Amino acid sequence: MTGRKAHIVGVGETLYTRWGKIGDVTEHALACQAIGRAVEDAGLDLSDVDGLASFAEDRNEATFLAAELGLPSLRFANMVWLPGGGGGCAAVGNAAMAVETGQAEVVVVYRSLCQGQFFRFGAAGRDPTAPVDPAPPTVKPAGSLMLASMGFAMPYGLLMAAAAYALPTRRHMHLYGTTTEQLGMLAVTFREHASRNPRAVMGGRPMTLADHQASPMIADPHRLFDCCLESDGACAVVVTTEERARDLAKRPVEILASVQGAPKGYGFGPFTNANIADEIYATGGTEEMANRLWEKAGLGPSDVDVAEIYDHFTGCVLMQLEDYGFCKRGEGGPFIESGALAWRGGSLPTNTHGGSLSEAYIHGLNHVVEGVRALRGESTSPVEGAEVGLVTSGACVPSSAVLLGRR
Amino acid sequence: MSERFFPDSMPPPLADSTTLPWWEAAADHRLVVQRCTPCGHTRLPPAPICPECRSTESDWQEVSGRGRVYTYTAVHRPIAAGQELPFIIAVISLEDAGGLRIISNLVGTPPEAVTIDMPVELVWEDMSAELSIPRFRPVPTPPSDED
Repeated sequence: MTGRKAHIVGVGETLYTRWGKIGDVTEHALACQAIGRAVEDAGLDLSDVDGLASFAEDRNEATFLAAELGLPSLRFANMVWLPGGGGGCAAVGNAAMAVETGQAEVVVVYRSLCQGQFFRFGAAGRDPTAPVDPAPPTVKPAGSLMLASMGFAMPYGLLMAAAAYALPTRRHMHLYGTTTEQLGMLAVTFREHASRNPRAVMGGRPMTLADHQASPMIADPHRLFDCCLESDGACAVVVTTEERARDLAKRPVEILASVQGAPKGYGFGPFTNANIADEIYATGGTEEMANRLWEKAGLGPSDVDVAEIYDHFTGCVLMQLEDYGFCKRGEGGPFIESGALAWRGGSLPTNTHGGSLSEAYIHGLNHVVEGVRALRGESTSPVEGAEVGLVTSGACVPSSAVLLGRR
Repeated sequence: MSERFFPDSMPPPLADSTTLPWWEAAADHRLVVQRCTPCGHTRLPPAPICPECRSTESDWQEVSGRGRVYTYTAVHRPIAAGQELPFIIAVISLEDAGGLRIISNLVGTPPEAVTIDMPVELVWEDMSAELSIPRFRPVPTPPSDED
């Protein structure tokens, strides 16, 4: 079908805050606001939207939002299976499939997340001060396949993501000599990018490497400043066809290629799976997928001008840099140390919005928003002449990615 | 009852009918892995189908509980009330389990003394009469002949 190649034509977000600061607006109201802003940014009207897609077990079902937003007809409603932040780019890829196959014309991908209203991911949904069940501890029924899998992590206190992803990162340090200072330099670079971004929750909070090293230990080697923020907010991106994209408000950004998946035997990743193949344990688990991305696009890592890499934890970024071939396996630490990730002077300007470490944690859909802005020339840490942008979703879980191109 | 390392308030295991036999073996202080009857491939956590030969037939193989630290993290935030901090979560490569690893805890050692590849051994912690959890501790170093 000619003229149906998928493009991103609009992006938008609500106010981003620290968790718990948005208490008076529901998550679905925030989703509606972000969707409305992205549609407005595109120069479209909500009446043009006929598809909605999300991921990460978004609590705000497309079916309800379609009714609340008064969509004339819902032709595509999609939820990604990949866990948590692994699915953001897959939701964009699914939206692209929908418009390219003619199932829908205008699909909005959204993510709304108020950790303050539900539970903080960092606390793993547990309250250590809550009264203890006086009954003797025993095995309890698992209500799902996921919980049966978690049954082999929870009794050991493995419930925090910061601890789960410390495991492959610690092994990477053992194998390759990666240091906490290298991880810290990554966090400092993203914080510097956030300093120009008025949307960034941590925009006004400069960080030095000494600050990073002095931040409290959470789960060795993850210090507080190796961990992403816990945020309230929502964002959205609008996907439509090349033909429709031509006469809209903003310069369209082409979805050059999208991929999703996991390697053999990966399951949920190191959070519950101790038996990931040795060759890929100390990686983001995304190398095989990255190779598919390059092959589909006919491009390689050296063609990327700007990258928005999912940053739940610093080590997971480092391992993705290796997975995607920006440096060799084991050389992520020196690559970061070289200043490669800086918006000015870096060979691979990365997380120009500040990422989940410093802008906000919206399960990485804000990385897609920033990838689009970077190619439009709208980023607050602009990369001059950027034509190809990589956006990745959560690694160390089944993941996804999109490669974006300026038109 | 065994020596205790973690409080009763730790999250309990959650199991379905596929994984429950593993926990029943643990209650008898038997550390087992699931072994595919036709092809011998071992797997953990238990699953209904062998990912190598796709057989649904399996049995339980008891293992020694000797192993080595594959990776670890010292966690400084509590998951449960009354927990001593930091506590160590580790992935252990089991010695005689067909190359399998298991997520568990290291006990009886400060985090500073933990190194990857250090030899460890199984220690059962009875959380109640019905629930035992496998943890691991460093293998005591035998006295040196030179001392």
